[in-house]
Amino acid sequence: MTVTEDAPAATKEVGKDRRRKEDQRLITGRTKWTDNIQLTGMLHAAMVRSPFAHARITSIDTSEAKAAPNVVAVLTGADLGEGQGVCINAWPITPDQKAPNHLPMPSDRVAFAGEIVAVVIARSAAEARDAAELVDVDYDELPAALDLREAAEDKVLAHPDLGTNKSALWVFDSGQAGTGGDVEEAITKARSDGIVIEREFRQQRLIPAFMEPRSVVVDPTGEQVTMWSATQIPHILRFALAATTGVPESKIRVIAPDVGGGFGGKLQTTPEEWIIWAVARRLGKPVKYTETRSESLMSGHHGRDQWQKLTMAATKDGTLTGFKVELLADLGAYVAIVGGGVPVLGAFMFNAIYKIPAYHFACQTVLTNKTWTDAYRGAGRPEATFGVERMMDELAAELGMDPLELREKNWIKHEEFPFTTVAGLEYDSGNYEAATDKAKEIFGYDELRAEQQRRRDSNDPVQLGIGISTFTEMCGLAPSRVLGSLDYGAGGWEHASVRMLATGTVEVVTGASPHGQGHETAWSQIVADRLGVPFENVEVLHGDTQISHRGLDTYGSRSLVVGGEALIKAADKVVEKARPIAAHLLEASVDDLEFKDGTFNVKGTDKGMGITEVALATFAAHNLPDGVEPSLDSDATYDPVNFSFPHGTHLCAVEIDTETGGLKMRKYTCVDDIGNIVNPLIVAGQVHGGLVQGIAQALWEEAVHDDAGTLVSASFVDYLVPTAADTISFDVAHTTSPSLTNTLGTKGVGEAGTIASTPAVVNAVVDAIRHFGVTDVRMPCTPERIYKAIHARDGGAPTEGAAAAHFDAQDTADRTDGAS
Amino acid sequence: MIPAQFDYVAPSTVEEALAALAEAGDEGKIIAGGQSLLPVLRMRLNAPEKVIDLGRIDALRGVRDDGDAIVIGAMTSHADVLSNALVRDNAFVITKAVEQLADPQVRHRGTFGGALAHADPAGDLGAPALALDAEFVIAGQGGSRTVAADDFFVDLFTTAIEDGEILTEVRIPKRAGWGAHYEKFVRVAHQWPIVAVAAAVKVDGGTISEARVGLTNMGSTPLRARSVEQALVGRPATDEAVRAAAASAGEGTNPPSDLNGDADYRKHLATVLTRRAVLAAAGG
Repeated sequence: MTVTEDAPAATKEVGKDRRRKEDQRLITGRTKWTDNIQLTGMLHAAMVRSPFAHARITSIDTSEAKAAPNVVAVLTGADLGEGQGVCINAWPITPDQKAPNHLPMPSDRVAFAGEIVAVVIARSAAEARDAAELVDVDYDELPAALDLREAAEDKVLAHPDLGTNKSALWVFDSGQAGTGGDVEEAITKARSDGIVIEREFRQQRLIPAFMEPRSVVVDPTGEQVTMWSATQIPHILRFALAATTGVPESKIRVIAPDVGGGFGGKLQTTPEEWIIWAVARRLGKPVKYTETRSESLMSGHHGRDQWQKLTMAATKDGTLTGFKVELLADLGAYVAIVGGGVPVLGAFMFNAIYKIPAYHFACQTVLTNKTWTDAYRGAGRPEATFGVERMMDELAAELGMDPLELREKNWIKHEEFPFTTVAGLEYDSGNYEAATDKAKEIFGYDELRAEQQRRRDSNDPVQLGIGISTFTEMCGLAPSRVLGSLDYGAGGWEHASVRMLATGTVEVVTGASPHGQGHETAWSQIVADRLGVPFENVEVLHGDTQISHRGLDTYGSRSLVVGGEALIKAADKVVEKARPIAAHLLEASVDDLEFKDGTFNVKGTDKGMGITEVALATFAAHNLPDGVEPSLDSDATYDPVNFSFPHGTHLCAVEIDTETGGLKMRKYTCVDDIGNIVNPLIVAGQVHGGLVQGIAQALWEEAVHDDAGTLVSASFVDYLVPTAADTISFDVAHTTSPSLTNTLGTKGVGEAGTIASTPAVVNAVVDAIRHFGVTDVRMPCTPERIYKAIHARDGGAPTEGAAAAHFDAQDTADRTDGAS
Repeated sequence: MIPAQFDYVAPSTVEEALAALAEAGDEGKIIAGGQSLLPVLRMRLNAPEKVIDLGRIDALRGVRDDGDAIVIGAMTSHADVLSNALVRDNAFVITKAVEQLADPQVRHRGTFGGALAHADPAGDLGAPALALDAEFVIAGQGGSRTVAADDFFVDLFTTAIEDGEILTEVRIPKRAGWGAHYEKFVRVAHQWPIVAVAAAVKVDGGTISEARVGLTNMGSTPLRARSVEQALVGRPATDEAVRAAAASAGEGTNPPSDLNGDADYRKHLATVLTRRAVLAAAGG
C-alpha cells in the first residue's frame, strides 16, 4: 500500500462547497415529513380553539360533534384531567418568577385567542375538521391584558389568580457583579459634562412562520409509545414527556423525521403534542394532528415583543462611559419552555463589541392575553443588537461623528483579545477592524456617503440612507456550567457516535437534530476528512431517540460548534481504537504508526493499512490483539468551554421616496467573521436567509392583535413574509479569526444574519431622513410610517389595528363556535 | 385546511351552468380560477353546498376582435390576457395592470372575469376596466344583458351580477395608440395594492387630448378620477401640468384604514401615484 504525501487542499472536504446531500429528497418531497406518516388504524385530530383572548369556559357541548360521521371521540380538558400532563417552563429566570400553570387544554379559562378547548378524533382529517365546527362552547368573556406597557401596570390581569402580570425581574449590574462601574454614576456625570442619549425602541412581535406547519403522530401500540413530531428538539421532548406525564423515559420513543424549518418556532413542547399523546394513549390507537397555517400563525409561539428603554452615556469626544438597559418583555399568556430566558440572553449582548465601563441590564417579563412567546431566530441577541446599534447611530448623530468612526473608537481592538466584557463574557477572538475595512471597500462606503450628500444638497425627492451594524453575538449554546448558573433546566453539551461498518462505510449519529440546516452534508465532510473516507460513504443519522439516544438538539447556532466538536472527538476515538489493531495486523509498534488520510502507515516504511480494512478485520475479529474488543465504534459527549462569538460588519443603503415613504434597498454588504468555514455554500444559504429574516423584521413583518386580542395579521395576506422578489443580491464576504475554543476553529452562523441585519436597515432608514428631524421609525418601517416621520414627525405611531378584507364579509361564517 | 364538503359540477356550456346555478339556488357558488374562492372555502369562511366550475366552458375563454371593441371571455386567464396582442394594442392599460397582478402562478390560474366578478376593491382589474368604459355581458336564464362599468361595481365584493347570473364576457372599446400605465404601490411583491392608479392617455403633439384615470383601493369599489381626467384634457404632458391635475385624485374618495396605511395616507398616495401614472402613460 502506498503512502500518500500531503494531500493538496482541494482533496480536503472541509472548505468545499458541497451541494447538500439531503436536498434532493427534501426538494422533490421524496421524504418523510410527519404529516406523511400513515399507520394502520390511524385516527385524525382537529382542535377546537378559543376565539377569545380571555374568557371563562362556562360549558362545552360536544354531543352534536360526537354524533357526526366517523367521529371516535370528542374530548375536553375536563375529560383528559391530570393525565394530559403540563407544558413546562425549563428556565425559571428568578427564584420568585410567577408563572401560571400551563395545561395543554384548560377546562375552566382560556388565556389567549387560539388556546385549545376541545379535540375531535375521527377516522379522517376532514371528518374531524367537520365535527370540530359542531362543538358548542359557551364563554364568559373576561377583560384581557393586551398592551405590554399597560399589562406591566397590572390594570387588567392576564391570570387573575396570580395577582400580577409581572412574572420576573432579572437584573445584571456591572457594579454589583464587579465587571465594571456604576452606571448611574456614569449617567450623572455625562449629564453634566458629557452626552446622554435616551431612546425607547419597540421590538415588535414576530411570527416564526416556518415552512412546514407543526404536525404530530403518536402510536401507543408497542412497548415504547412513539411520537413523531415536527420539532427541533426530539430529545428534550422525550425528557419533558417523561417528566410530566408519568411515562418512564425508557418507554418513550420520539422521532423528528425531516423537519421543514423552525427558526426557534419548533423549539417548544406544545399543547398539541401533549394532547395527542394523551388522546392516543387513551384510545389505544395511533392519532395524527397537523395544524393549519392559520392555527400555526395564531397558536405557535411568537417571538421578540419588547419595549426597550435605553440610556447611553458618553464623553463629548464619543467615548462610551455607561449603558443602561431597561426592558419590558411580553411573555404572552404563558411562560414557554425558555420564554422568560430569551430576553435575558440579551443581557450579555447589549454591550456588543464595545468597551463599556459601566453597564446595567434589567428585564421585566410580563404576562398578557396574547399568544405565548419564545425563541425566534437569534432569541434575545437580535433585540440587544438592535438596541445598541441603533443607539450608536443616535450617539454619532448627536456628536456629528461618522457612525463607523464612533464605533471604532469604542470597540475592542483586535490585539486586545481575549477580552472579558462588562457583561462578564470572555470573547476569544475577533477582528472588527478587518471586517469593517473589507465591508467599507466592497460597499463603496465613501462614494455612497458622497451621493447621500449630493441628494441632500439638491433636495432630491429620493434620499439615500446608509445603515451600519457592527454586530457580535454569543452562540454555540452552551457551557453547561454557565447554564446552571442561570438556572436553566438542562445542560448544553452535545453527543455524537461514529460507527465503522464492516464494508467500509460509516454511520454517524448526531444528537443535534437538524430541521433544514444541512447537518448531513457538513457532518459528512468533517468525518470524511477526519477518517479519510469518501464523503459519499458517510451516512448521518439523527432525530430518532432509538438511534440517537443522547442529544440536546438544534438551536442557538450550536450544532457545528458543539455537536461538530463532539463528532470530532468521536471520530478521533475511532482512530485510537483502530490504531492497536492496525499495529497488530501490520506487525508494527503502535508508536510507529501514523494516521493520515484514512491510512495507518508504519513510519519510514511503505507499509500501511486503510482504516476501512481495519474495520473489516475488526468485524471478522479473527486476528485481534489480546484484550482488544472487536469494535471501532465510538461515542463522545462534548460540553463547550465557552460560547462562540461570530461578528461582522453589515452596511446597508436604502433609497427613500420622500413623496410616498416608499423604500428601495440599494445595496447590502456583509462581512462576517464566523471563523473557519466547513461548507461555503451552506454558509451562504444561512447568511442569505438570515439577512432576509432580519430585514423582514425591519420592513415587513409584525404580528398585530386588535383591541379584542384577536390576531389580525393571521394569514400571509397580512403577515408579510418576503419572497425572493422582495430582496436584492447581497454582497456576502468573510474575514477569518478562527475560534480558539473548538478544533475546527468554527463559529456559529445560523443566526448571525438575522441578528445583524435589522438594525442596519433601520439605521439606514433613519439616516436617509434624519435631516427632516427624524430620530426613529418604528418597526416595521412601513412606507406610511416613513412618510409620516418625514412630514409629521410621527414615525412611531402604531399601525391601524385592522387588516383589509379580501373575502366577502357577508360570506363570513360565525367563527366563535369552534372553527379555527 | 380542509373545506367543508360540497358537491361539484363542471358544465361545458353557459346554459348548463345557468341551469346548475338555478337548481342550487342560494347554496350554489360559481368557481372560475378559484384564486379567491378556494382560500375562502379552505378557511371555512363560506361553505356552499354546490360549487359550479366554469373551467370547462371553452366558449368563455379567449379574446376576440369585435369591430370597435375587443371582447375578453370571462374565463380567460390573466396570463393569456397579458400575452394577448389585441389587448395590448387596444387596451394597453389592462396589459399594464395584469403585468403586476399577483404572481405567475396566480396569473395562470386566475381569470379576468373571475377577478372582476369578485370585486375586491384592491383587485387590479377594476380600475382599468372602469377607466376604459368596459361593458359587462351577464348571462341569465332569460338571456344576456350588458351593464356599463359605472353600474357594474356596486359595493365591496358586490357587482350588478344578480343571483342566478354569470358574467360571460367583457367588452372594451378600442383605444389604439393611447399610452397607458398602472402605478401600483405595495410593500411586498405579492401583496394586494395599498393604492394603485390606472392611467390611459391620448397625447397629440405634446398635449393630452383624452385621459382616463381609475383608482384601485380608494373606496368600496374601484373609482374613476373624473376631476383629474377633466383637468388633464388640453393640458401639456408636463410634470407641472400633470401635478396640478393629479392633486385632486383623492377628492371624494373613501379609502380604508388598515395595517398598510390610514385613509389620509392613501389619499395622499393617490395624488402622487396619479401623477406618476399619467406621466408614464404620456411617455414622460
